[in-house]
Amino acid sequence: MSTEKEQPIIHIDHLSKVFETAEHKVEALKDVTLDIMRGDIFGIIGMSGAGKSTLVRCLNFLEYPTEGDVIVEGRSLRDMAQKELRKQRTRMSMIFQSFNLQQQRNVLDNVCFPLLINKVPKKEAVKKAMSLLEEVGLSEKARNYPSQLSGGQQQRVAIARALANDPAILLCDEATSALDPNTTREILALLKKINENHGITIVIITHAMSVVTEICNKVAIIDSGSVAETGDVMEVFNNPRTEAAVRLVMSSGWREISSIRGDHLVRIVFSENSSREPVIANMILKFNQPVNIMRADTRDIGGIAKGQMVLQLPDDADMRKQMTDYLIEKGLAVNEVASMMEFEEKYDG
Amino acid sequence: MAEFFEEYGKLLAENTGITLYMVLVSTLIAYVIGIPMGIGLVVTAKDGLRPNRIIYGILDVIVNIVRSIPFLILLILIMPLTKMIVGKTYGASATVVPLVMAAAPFIARMVESSLLEVDHGVIEAAQSMGASNWTIVFKVMINEARTSLITGATIALATILGYSAMAGTVGGGGLGDVAIQYGYYRYQTGVMVATVVLLVGLVQLMQAAGMKLGKAMDHRLSR
Repeated sequence: MSTEKEQPIIHIDHLSKVFETAEHKVEALKDVTLDIMRGDIFGIIGMSGAGKSTLVRCLNFLEYPTEGDVIVEGRSLRDMAQKELRKQRTRMSMIFQSFNLQQQRNVLDNVCFPLLINKVPKKEAVKKAMSLLEEVGLSEKARNYPSQLSGGQQQRVAIARALANDPAILLCDEATSALDPNTTREILALLKKINENHGITIVIITHAMSVVTEICNKVAIIDSGSVAETGDVMEVFNNPRTEAAVRLVMSSGWREISSIRGDHLVRIVFSENSSREPVIANMILKFNQPVNIMRADTRDIGGIAKGQMVLQLPDDADMRKQMTDYLIEKGLAVNEVASMMEFEEKYDG
Repeated sequence: MAEFFEEYGKLLAENTGITLYMVLVSTLIAYVIGIPMGIGLVVTAKDGLRPNRIIYGILDVIVNIVRSIPFLILLILIMPLTKMIVGKTYGASATVVPLVMAAAPFIARMVESSLLEVDHGVIEAAQSMGASNWTIVFKVMINEARTSLITGATIALATILGYSAMAGTVGGGGLGDVAIQYGYYRYQTGVMVATVVLLVGLVQLMQAAGMKLGKAMDHRLSR
């Protein structure tokens, strides 16, 4: 648990990035300020083009921000000379959507590479690399080449490579976006294990809310280059306050919801004190009125059962009001989906 | 047939040797010059590791100028320079000078395009590990581009072989010289055909060896 006094491991300080071409000026990031605490699994989520990839590249100064600074473990990256910056980068390694392994080196040599450029003796490097490959479950593939591995295996190699120099921070740039759902879950589970076993702070860039709810404890929502909302994942998931957050929270089922025909749809979100109680069944018994469950999706977030549902309530307006009040009273968040559809039309238009 | 070989066999063998000498020596020297130039072009390009408009501009102009001069003209144009370096303007060693001059910019472009093929993500990954530009060029880019570099070298060898035959027209030595001296001036079609067969054979040999080597060293997706 982080206390008020603890220093953030990464302090993003009024970061702005402007890309300038002869005629155009694109503000990719606008005054982004965020604190990431040691041990966090911090999700940075946004629609494509929101600026999240630029943000993660500014975190290790692969991309120089136009304004602002990044303070990592108390030290300003902007003040660092090139050589110092390169050394700092070994403290904060990175994995990518397309894995980015060297195709002409075998798995073992790929994992050894960051060690060798850090002047670790070859013998020691091989030993370390083998133990990391063991940890990611690929020690048998040490002599294989990346082209002989599946996407999930390649990402495991990339993770082993990223851990080689014992970094304090792991930056993940859409690391699961090229993978199928099962493999995604495996990779996320591996990241979680690494976070727990090595105490590494993980920053996850993604466009998928499911990734955030699966392993992150904190989240920042990036919308057109700015932070729209930030906080505990559960808070943001239950009560999205901004339009961008609403869109992302609903994103997995949002298309389906908008295609469900019928009136009186509500989205309800379960929170910790109500998920074990049969709220819907009790409500139906109490009001003696059927409700239609259009969509249901529950999952385990941070050890607590979480979920959302889309319900179709009866035609009777008075009955709907009573039911809504009942749900709110039971500690559920209730949003009318119809109004979100209107919002989507307005926003997407 | 036997008579032909008795009469010209020694001449052809000798000049095949001379041709190989010219081609291999000039390719080697041209690579020594061309590789740094190619790397320079990639590194100093606008989105390179260390953009530098001036250096890139100078390299680019040199390469373009030299490459746009036809080899035969370049050969004659730089004769004073050749004389300065080798002491004479005819013979195999003298031909090496214009060959290097013509081949180096060509090789620079080949190296440039090979290195540009390297996946930008792989370079970014190396940067994120704290690799220096030097490490990225020599440990990542050249290693990743090796198949393409070898294929390029094969093409360079065949091109330089062609140039060397052209140098024969002005007394450059080697198989091209033989073809001109015997085949053209003395109407000995047999000798001309023999030199052509030898040149074709040499190109085939280089091509096959280069491709085989390139493929053996390639660990990317097998097709």
